[in-house]
Amino acid sequence: MPDYIDYFLRGAGITLSLSFFTVVFGVVLGVIIALMRMSKTAPLRWLATAYVEFIRGTPLLVQVFIITYGVPQITQVNIPDFTSGVIALSINSAAYIAEIFRAGIQSIDKGQMEAARSLGMTNGLAMRRIILPQAVKNILPALGNEFIVVVKESSIVMVIGIADLMYNANVVRGMTFKSFETLIAAAMVYFIITFTLSKFLGVAERRLKTSD
Amino acid sequence: MIEVNGLHKSFGKLQVLNGIDITVDKGEVVVVIGPSGSGKSTFLRCLNLLEVPTKGDVIFEGSRITDPKQDINKLRRKMGMVFQQFNLFPHLSVLGNITIAPVRVLSQSKTAAEDNARRLLRIVGLEDKASSYPNQLSGGQKQRIAIARALAMSPDVMLFDEPTSALDPEMVGEVLDVMKKLAAEGMTMVVVTHEMGFAREVGDRIIFMDGGVIVEQGTPAEVFGHPQHPRTRDFLAKVL
Repeated sequence: MPDYIDYFLRGAGITLSLSFFTVVFGVVLGVIIALMRMSKTAPLRWLATAYVEFIRGTPLLVQVFIITYGVPQITQVNIPDFTSGVIALSINSAAYIAEIFRAGIQSIDKGQMEAARSLGMTNGLAMRRIILPQAVKNILPALGNEFIVVVKESSIVMVIGIADLMYNANVVRGMTFKSFETLIAAAMVYFIITFTLSKFLGVAERRLKTSD
Repeated sequence: MIEVNGLHKSFGKLQVLNGIDITVDKGEVVVVIGPSGSGKSTFLRCLNLLEVPTKGDVIFEGSRITDPKQDINKLRRKMGMVFQQFNLFPHLSVLGNITIAPVRVLSQSKTAAEDNARRLLRIVGLEDKASSYPNQLSGGQKQRIAIARALAMSPDVMLFDEPTSALDPEMVGEVLDVMKKLAAEGMTMVVVTHEMGFAREVGDRIIFMDGGVIVEQGTPAEVFGHPQHPRTRDFLAKVL
């Protein structure tokens, strides 16, 4: 197995960058969807609700295929596999992140928004400076959990040919015919990533707590 | 300074305000009293549009704030509000609480805003708490910080929504003292309160509300000394 360590490292690199971009875009899109779900404008609310329900109600694999094979057929625009993977994973993750943010924002006492508005802040400014910072602190555990889910679920993109950790593990399996060892090794690498991430998030959580 | 005409407010089927007409002059301290559920808090919250009136007008310094085209954020800068539950921002230090609106809304420099904040902290007697966080403060201290936060915007009028109702009895005095100081300096104030002693001592005018209308109003001597309306007499008999 040591001879193939390069495969695992390269795969882990792809998995990490895939997850990183997914988390970044997922959070941005998720916050937008969450704000739309709480908007005063009904059509925005419906759109966001439909989005969340649809994404949560359909398999990730189908979503990945739609973005990778379905959309290019309709638009005649070819997107690189890695980009398709990031888009599909972000769209998926955003739905879950939106729900986490919505719960976080709604958990903040409404007096906070009233106090901010009574000082002349616009709704947007109050959201950015008063509500979201408090909401993020509350939802950090749930958000961290979602990040870990993203790392693990990203393994699905091997089916569209992205050379991530799982894809490379499969390559090694094919070369060595040692399925058990290879897959255990792949699982170990995933675990190292997620365990490190969860420890790191734990530290961030404690830091934010002490600032209370 | 504030003119209210035919103010109505209902929440669904529940009619809370049934036509309020009142004028508040510059430098006047108006104290609103009345039983729970009489609509006094709702009335106060209509003044800066935290509640949107169902009918009627609120005119503040010549601007109709009930006009949907009116920039309410601009008008709110000139109307400080103090809440029963303080509503300090828990993620910001005391200094952060007081300076965030002047810096972000009025575009004051951080140093100017902090200098002003320290001056206000001296006024409310909490200079040493500048770097504390809200959860390290007592209720009375929180409310005094909340008053300083509202004052940091240099408002023309201060609205107080039962500012001492959530306080332990021994802390009521320190908050009322700050409010008395403000009144003595000529601040225009509208105060909803259950503190009859404060109303009598500081109020220029007492408004007695019940059932969503103003039942009776007058100077403290008139309302407390010779209440005209039976409902006022009944209420005062219970609370005094």
